[in-house]
Amino acid sequence: MAKVLVVTSGKGGVGKTTSTAALGAALAQGGQSVVVVDFDVGLRNLDLVMGAERRVVFDLINVVQGVAKLPQALIRDKRLENLWLLPASQTRDKDALTDEGVGRVIAELSTRFDWILCDSPAGIERGATLAMRYADQAVIITNPEVSSVRDSDRIIGMLDSKTVKAERGERVEKHVLITRYDPARAARGEMLGIDDILEILATPLLGIIPESQDVLRASNVGSPVTLNNAESPPARAYFDAARRLRGEEVAMVVPSERKGFMDRILGRRAA
Amino acid sequence: MDVRADPTRQLVRLRGRSYVAFVFSPVVPIVEWLAEIDATLARSPGFFVGKPIVLDLAAVDLSGSAIAHLVGSLQQRSIRVLGIEGVDEDRLAADMPPLLTGGRACVITRTEPPPKAGPADKPKPNSLLLESPVRSGQSVVFTDGDVTVLGSVGSGAEIVAGGSIHVYGTLRGRAMAGVNGNPAARIYCQKIEAELLAIDGYYQTAEEIDVSLRNRPAQAWLQGDTMKITPLN
Repeated sequence: MAKVLVVTSGKGGVGKTTSTAALGAALAQGGQSVVVVDFDVGLRNLDLVMGAERRVVFDLINVVQGVAKLPQALIRDKRLENLWLLPASQTRDKDALTDEGVGRVIAELSTRFDWILCDSPAGIERGATLAMRYADQAVIITNPEVSSVRDSDRIIGMLDSKTVKAERGERVEKHVLITRYDPARAARGEMLGIDDILEILATPLLGIIPESQDVLRASNVGSPVTLNNAESPPARAYFDAARRLRGEEVAMVVPSERKGFMDRILGRRAA
Repeated sequence: MDVRADPTRQLVRLRGRSYVAFVFSPVVPIVEWLAEIDATLARSPGFFVGKPIVLDLAAVDLSGSAIAHLVGSLQQRSIRVLGIEGVDEDRLAADMPPLLTGGRACVITRTEPPPKAGPADKPKPNSLLLESPVRSGQSVVFTDGDVTVLGSVGSGAEIVAGGSIHVYGTLRGRAMAGVNGNPAARIYCQKIEAELLAIDGYYQTAEEIDVSLRNRPAQAWLQGDTMKITPLN
């Protein structure tokens, strides 16, 4: 039986799609069969980040409405044979999704995959609630800033009340993934600290992804960062997060600024 | 039981009316009978409190002092004797309950349910306990009494209580206590970073809360129509 995981945040632009692609690819590289599902109907991006935009024929809406069969809409990744994409429709809007239709698609996907990663749209409306609806686990993407943390708090509240698991009296297993963490700015006290974020959200930490040009470079070439440059700091952080999702104990590394030579000799300015 | 007023004096209009009372019929030995009463009281203390009680002494032959002693013993058990029947009037002293006559048996309609039925209509809980954090966007409204939150109240969350509000985490959202017009309600929190505090309609926003209080345990209460916020330690 597949694990259904929703990647969500409330706020936009924090890295949900990037993280879905990176975690999906990392899990697939670990030998799991993975499908990433784009729920951002009308504003799809996951196909671009996965580099599959030119192979989209059918999409989630077509499958939900019964126009296409699931195997027709699934796109296999060119680099990893056990990584699949179910794209969203760009021309429709989120009202085209139905609770019952999404449930049917998730049920069908769970017979074929180990992991179903649902890339939630931003916001708290229909698309976001349906993306989390059938989730067993949730990864809440948070940037170290107050607006993102408050939106995450709101989303956690919805995960505890609006999901099928919550309505059955069970709990969605929740993890916080902090992205765009800038060690230099953190050192200057310009960002919310990790401890503050975890204290506010009262949810266990899955990982800390450092802010990096590697992420942008990877999405520009249509590749999850964990595939594009597996040795880069963000990729390594995503690999660790993926291993934690599979239940492994991996020591948490808080990214720190690597001091260059000039910093070392001119690091401290006298008053 | 009938109460008959003496009709000779017409200055005050008197009317007869019959009421339902519990009748105690003591049997000898009186000591054992009293032990029986004690056992009943042990099962449901206060069962006879406020109930009209009549002593039927027809089955026993007691002297005036014995009757006085029995009435006194019942009084010690908080059982007030309304009247006595089944005895010669001359055995009753002036300070004793009056003699009643003409009593008729009837079915006692219980005005309160038997003790074992008590838990069925438990009084509504007057406090609400929340064991998980209250998240942004959630609104908890409990107008019947106090609200206790073991976790934090997130920024953008809201607690509305008829009584006081207790937050054992950080209060970052809004807390409104005493909404039913209870100026004695208070707001307590382990760490105060509230967006808004209100008691009985009087409120303060985050800007008005003294910066020195931030991140400390604090309580808010009403003094007249001003809100006081003071540290708890």
